[in-house]
Amino acid sequence: MAETNPAVNPADTPAATPAGTAAPETAPEAVEKVPTVIADEVHIVYKVMAGSGGKGTAASALSRLVRRQERPTLREVHAVRGVSITAYKGDAIGLIGRNGSGKSTLLKAIAGLLPPASGSVYTSGRPSLLGVNAALMQDLTGDRNVVLGCLAMGMTPEEIEQKYDEIVDFAGVDEFIDLPMRTYSSGMAARLRFAIGSARTHDILLIDEALATGDADFRAKSEKKIKDLRDEAGTVFLVSHSLDVVTDTCNRAIWLDKGSLKMDGEAKEVVDAYLTESTRKK
Amino acid sequence: MSTSPELAGTPSPAELAEKYGLSKSSGRPELSDYLKELWGRRQFIVSYARARVYAAYAGARLGALWQVLTPLLNAAVYYLVFGLMLNAARNIENYTAFLISGIFVFTFTQRSVMEGTRSISANMSLIRTLHFPRATLPFAYVMNELSQLGISMGILAILVAVTEGVSWSWLLVFPALLLQTMFNIGLTLVCARLGAFYGDIAQVMPFVLRTWLYVSGVFFSIPAALADKPGWITQLIALNPAAAYIDIVRRAMLSSHDTHELPNAWWIAVAWALIALIGGFVYFWRAEDRYGRG
Repeated sequence: MAETNPAVNPADTPAATPAGTAAPETAPEAVEKVPTVIADEVHIVYKVMAGSGGKGTAASALSRLVRRQERPTLREVHAVRGVSITAYKGDAIGLIGRNGSGKSTLLKAIAGLLPPASGSVYTSGRPSLLGVNAALMQDLTGDRNVVLGCLAMGMTPEEIEQKYDEIVDFAGVDEFIDLPMRTYSSGMAARLRFAIGSARTHDILLIDEALATGDADFRAKSEKKIKDLRDEAGTVFLVSHSLDVVTDTCNRAIWLDKGSLKMDGEAKEVVDAYLTESTRKK
Repeated sequence: MSTSPELAGTPSPAELAEKYGLSKSSGRPELSDYLKELWGRRQFIVSYARARVYAAYAGARLGALWQVLTPLLNAAVYYLVFGLMLNAARNIENYTAFLISGIFVFTFTQRSVMEGTRSISANMSLIRTLHFPRATLPFAYVMNELSQLGISMGILAILVAVTEGVSWSWLLVFPALLLQTMFNIGLTLVCARLGAFYGDIAQVMPFVLRTWLYVSGVFFSIPAALADKPGWITQLIALNPAAAYIDIVRRAMLSSHDTHELPNAWWIAVAWALIALIGGFVYFWRAEDRYGRG
């Protein structure tokens, strides 16, 4: 792992990001920019079993074993290739790129949930992904899921008690809260999940798209909630395909293409460049 | 730390991180911090364990009644085969209670290990979206099985009360089960780490556990079976942790167990509990930063 990297770090001198590396001896700006997330040459590799690739029978497995061959269907997917980013307190950074360009994977690595194959991610405090879907269980009632989800996010029972009514109100599922979640409509379930996930404040907030689900009323509520969380949080990363959300809410944007960092700068600039590139190909 | 001359004013990412006190996001915390985090998550552990029990019986008509029925049915089958058909019950007083206590205690370990082996790999989506000390998951499974054991013990208590009567020695069941819980937690943590990185372990586990079942004196009395063999063989078999835990529970509950006691059971029980718990924890914690990887 490259711990000390005296070579030029592309993120420190990008096209348009203000170079906020703190040099105390010269301080032309009144406010020193404090980095909250530093990604250093991060590579993430998934090992996946591909679909076809020979017969999946016991006989073929045995012959492979005898001939000492690796499973032919085991493939490495290089999801993130050498990305380096420095994010500062107060930044709201949009991650844009085509499907499969590694945005969600990078986000998970920043959150510390997916260890990088090489390189490192340094953060101040604990970044949290907004989204608590995996902790909820379909067979449980809504209110038990609220408690479970909040506990999973690290809230204490006292905090949960305080926030419980607020969460249920926000989701608008009052009458159904004592029914199992498997009986909820997809909209209700999505609203409750979002309400639970946004119940606590975060220092470093990571949001992975799918905010634009639900009816118009809920979309407005959730966008406002995101803005509130953003104001309370130090730093926000937002993965989105909705480019106007990125230009509206973010001050900076990063364009990932096939796992590599293609551009890092002012939100409007990067989005425009991305749009130009995407529409030009067709 | 070196900086090349032309970039003297630009620190490397690692230097910048150190300067502002940033730490690795997927780094492994110190063991003491890890234990503190785990303690801080105790309500989540309990809540998650309870939720899983609830979800497991959600589809069944009889619901949570199966928590009681399942061990009873198991006991009935073993009694039929070993007690009646194979007549392993000769010279064991109160064979029913002897058998049932063995089954319940062994099932606690068996199910903890079996579920624990899959605990990490089955919860990948949870691990990849939320940050929490991963030992929470094996812990929750063991707690789940402990609560199941509590119910089974209740049934056993009724049975022994009816056949032999209540006794003060029953209080020894609590330290016995505490030791077994410690052992199970440690063993489950080891198996969870192995199961997380080597998928084949989950396939082999059922066979390992079944073999273990047969050598732990659940259906027969080990000293009685080895009566005509040299003494050291019995001593050796008595080192089996499962046999030790079954034995100390039987000593506590059954007044008629004296003739079939295993040597040094309490010492062996304590030793295994400490070795497993401490060793298992350290072993699991060492891979904490790698569990998210596929």
